[in-house]
Amino acid sequence: MARSVTTNRKIINTTAAWVIGLLIFFPILWTILTSFKTEAQAINDPPLFLFFDWTLENYAVVQERSNYGRFLWNSIFIAGGSTILGVMIAIPAAWSMAFVPSRRTKDILLWMLSTKMLPAVGVLYPIYLIFIKLGLLDSILGLTIIIMLINLPIIVWMLYTYFREIPGEILEAARMDGASLKSEILYVLTPMAVPGIASTLLLNFILAWNEAFWTLNLTAAKAAPLTAFIASYSSPEGLFYAKLSAASTMAIAPILILGWFSQKQLVRGLTFGAVK
Amino acid sequence: MATQHSRSAARIMMAPAVILLLGWMLVPLTMTLWFSFRKYLPLRGGDLGWVGFDNYVRFVSSSAFWPSVQTTLIIVGSVLVITIVFGVLLGLLLDQPMWGQGVVRILVIAPFFVMPTVSALVWKNIFMDPVNGLFAHLWKFFGATPIEWLSQASVQSIVLIVSWQWLPFATLILLTAVQSLDREQLEASEMDGAKPLQRFFYIILPHLGRAITIVVLIQTIFLLAIFAEIFVTTGGAFGTKTLSYLIFQRVLESQNIGLGSAGGIYAVILANIIAIFLMRIVGKNLDA
Repeated sequence: MARSVTTNRKIINTTAAWVIGLLIFFPILWTILTSFKTEAQAINDPPLFLFFDWTLENYAVVQERSNYGRFLWNSIFIAGGSTILGVMIAIPAAWSMAFVPSRRTKDILLWMLSTKMLPAVGVLYPIYLIFIKLGLLDSILGLTIIIMLINLPIIVWMLYTYFREIPGEILEAARMDGASLKSEILYVLTPMAVPGIASTLLLNFILAWNEAFWTLNLTAAKAAPLTAFIASYSSPEGLFYAKLSAASTMAIAPILILGWFSQKQLVRGLTFGAVK
Repeated sequence: MATQHSRSAARIMMAPAVILLLGWMLVPLTMTLWFSFRKYLPLRGGDLGWVGFDNYVRFVSSSAFWPSVQTTLIIVGSVLVITIVFGVLLGLLLDQPMWGQGVVRILVIAPFFVMPTVSALVWKNIFMDPVNGLFAHLWKFFGATPIEWLSQASVQSIVLIVSWQWLPFATLILLTAVQSLDREQLEASEMDGAKPLQRFFYIILPHLGRAITIVVLIQTIFLLAIFAEIFVTTGGAFGTKTLSYLIFQRVLESQNIGLGSAGGIYAVILANIIAIFLMRIVGKNLDA
């Protein structure tokens, strides 16, 4: 039973939604636009919207002056490494909880979730000390491990909610046909689980990329990812709006694009399957 | 059909994740608990011994404590109210038939993917700067004196930045909930002559109740911990010091580990109280 909607109503909906949507998106749009201005144009009074001399100069300057490439690689290594590591540890755990549930499965899941609630600031100093002792301070490895640990509960949960939707009968049928545990996982489960695993990878890569507590507090010059690189712009000298915008645009562009693909998984992943 | 064999295999497969998380939880937390009972000043004499509950008492009786609790409550509360009210409205709007729905969704969700340091710096400089910021231009255009956002209206500015970041999350979850609304029930009520407002308060809002609760709980956990937004804008000045920022300063800036650790334990307890409610809801959903 389709709702009959008048064209008039549709026009009003469309207008309202677009106005609000653009308003919410405006800060990002404005940042992107500013990144193509010269510094003088960036602070022009009145502000210039589209009619200015578009330039790529800021991107070149940011690359050159700040060694942007290294921060980018740090971000990719830390976000990518922590996500892949986390998923590798979480797949067996989520698999066993989804297919061989026991009385304690629910408690274990909830307990894992509770570790996610631990306020980072409460354990900042111990982690700091441990990192100094182990020589992990300002290292990519150290950050990768920390970020893997803070996202591990979400990874386990997401995978668990996906795995639970795989019908158990198929696995039993495979078992009846004599499939071993290994081939069961490899040939039956994996193909069905791939979409869920992919969404999990995607969302957690985004979360890891944007993490801005540990990355700011545990890195200095060497292992700093883009979050820390951008924060270094907080006490600038002279004209810098256009350069700040160029650096910001480069830091957020890949994630914006990835993020748009992950819209649907976002809800499930961040509500621990409570809203689908 | 779980055999003994598959059970022990399951236990082994769970072990790495469980052990890692157990270590992640217990080791640093035990250390924090230990430090919280000691006078520990790494730059001024190091570990000066056992002081009992002294740090706990000093943390709450310091002049910065109550203002920080107040700031935390104002920021968390305001952001929650703003994101949920606008999230419900936006969710309902985006559920309506329109042209370009997919694109609008993308526009609305975008802020969630912007890293906190970027959004804080962009808002601070490009929008809120009292001389060159876009808001300053806007104010001047209407003949008003530009506001020094981050000093005169510092808490409000942080609320604005953080709300902008979290509105997409609330909208997305509430939109998902709106979409699962029983259309026939809605239409039946429409035929029975229920006015739009009545439908909203008696059918839509109760249906959204659970989603709203989840948004409140999850956001509260994240909002209690906001850091970068304060770190790069005010650095905790102008009354923007939240409880977690105060703890951060005690630990890293004044290097008073004992005092900061006591604060950390308070924060852990606070987060756990909220977490218990969230667990109940998520746990119920697991049974269903």
